Amino acid sequence: MRNPLADKVVEIKPSGIRKFFDIVSEMKDAISLGVGEPDFDTPWHIRDEGIYSLEKGRTFYTSNAGLKELRQEICNYLNRKHGVTYDPLKEVLITVGGSEAIDMGLRAMLNPGEEVLIPQPSYVSYEPCTILAGGKPVIINLKAENEFRLTAEELEEAITDKTKILILPFPNNPTGAIMERKDLEAIAEVIIKHDIFVMSDEIYGELTYTEKHVSIVEIPGMRERTILINGFSKAYAMTGWRLGYACGPAEIIQQMTKLHQFAIMCAPTTSQYAAIEALKNGDEDINEMRMAYNQRRRYLMNAFREMELECFEPYGAFYVFPCIREFGMTSDEFATRFLEEEKVAVVPGTAFGDCGEGYLRISYAYSLENLKVAIGRLEHFIKKLRAEKNN
Amino acid sequence: MREELLAIIEKNSRIDLKELAIILGVEEIDVVNELAALESEGIICGYHTLINWEKTDIEKVSALIEVRVTPQRGQGFDNVAERIEKYPEVRSVYLMSGGYDLMVILEGKTLREVSSFVSDKLATLEPVLSTATHFILKKYKDHGTMLTQKKEDEREMITP
Repeated sequence: MRNPLADKVVEIKPSGIRKFFDIVSEMKDAISLGVGEPDFDTPWHIRDEGIYSLEKGRTFYTSNAGLKELRQEICNYLNRKHGVTYDPLKEVLITVGGSEAIDMGLRAMLNPGEEVLIPQPSYVSYEPCTILAGGKPVIINLKAENEFRLTAEELEEAITDKTKILILPFPNNPTGAIMERKDLEAIAEVIIKHDIFVMSDEIYGELTYTEKHVSIVEIPGMRERTILINGFSKAYAMTGWRLGYACGPAEIIQQMTKLHQFAIMCAPTTSQYAAIEALKNGDEDINEMRMAYNQRRRYLMNAFREMELECFEPYGAFYVFPCIREFGMTSDEFATRFLEEEKVAVVPGTAFGDCGEGYLRISYAYSLENLKVAIGRLEHFIKKLRAEKNN
Repeated sequence: MREELLAIIEKNSRIDLKELAIILGVEEIDVVNELAALESEGIICGYHTLINWEKTDIEKVSALIEVRVTPQRGQGFDNVAERIEKYPEVRSVYLMSGGYDLMVILEGKTLREVSSFVSDKLATLEPVLSTATHFILKKYKDHGTMLTQKKEDEREMITP
């Protein structure tokens, strides 16, 4: 029989998380700090609106780009948050999670061989989606000494005459890093100079703890060259609803909508109705969740200080990214032993790029009670490792 | 810090001071001072425990009583409310808008005890015009806490 598979697909290496997932699922009594989704339930009034839409029999396709009312609410939201205006009819596409928007955006924009700059550590899908879209991923290794922010120098260095898109994954999963206005202004200058586009993945935009999240579209000259990607998963604890969106220049959104139409048809209707309610009446829910995340973040940072575990202070998302180099093992070894010996699952930093070596991603999308138990075990484990090292 | 502090201890008054200071991002002494201030200002009125008595062997009966009263010159409803609240079996007294004036929540050991309190003590107060007693059959949620449902974490152990 002939080989049924496409080489391009087979060559893509599986997500580093997958391997770990398999080990963890074998362990019955393990606890986890490994998830990338909120521990909160979707606020009831939002769920209720989804249920109501089902009761009313709103079980049909929506228009390809999504419900007009939802697109309008998204535009209102972006205007309220970032002071930018988008045309709900031409510049917004509702997608199946932010992930689809990433995929569609890259497919719509890339010609064979064009380069996509991907700062890492970052979310796992940018690289494979770039390859599938025919582009060439070019990795920018972010540095702990810059608090894992992207600097203008790093960007300048990575740009070639083939560079088409910069992916901007902030607030960042897995590091929790953010880009402040001054950081964005610095890179915007380079972006405009080299005439490249930006795909700004702001799915964690509502989860910043020191100051309000600044979107790159707020920087003059950037709105017209940026695909802004966001969604409902993290801000409103709606991961399972699979709903995101992309906003950007009409000519790009139009092509993305065409692809979306052929591949997906439309995002889930129930989720779209629920999302309208989220945008209209969900601000207070976000504030409450943000407050809880921030308390946990402070708890973890304090715990790391007390056990003298090196970790830069993250200001966004719901992850901390401690450094484990002092123990002389790889992230993978550390995470595997930690799981086997203490029964706690964390994700090795290498799952998010090679430069995540020496780090772990610890999620604080867990109650304080759960965090306390897990951190108690981490402290125990670290003491053991330090004792081993000294002998 | 005050609002966040109140939000935390309203849900968990047993949290220790050191931890409270850590999660609020302040010094322990600041938490101590703030709590003392909140207590002396009468903002924090107590540190109670929410108990689901239905799960114990102890019998308790709760009733919600709508009370209509004649307001008194110069004192409105305060005078009669203050008389009612003195009874230890009275758990709550609220002045209400709408069809009646005071809502009294009562807790007794038996149905008889509650009904005799209403007929002997409450209904005989001079300004009281009428009472309507509703017995509470089951508590599903109290003080913002769901009493019957236990939530389990159904998320996958590891997700990107």
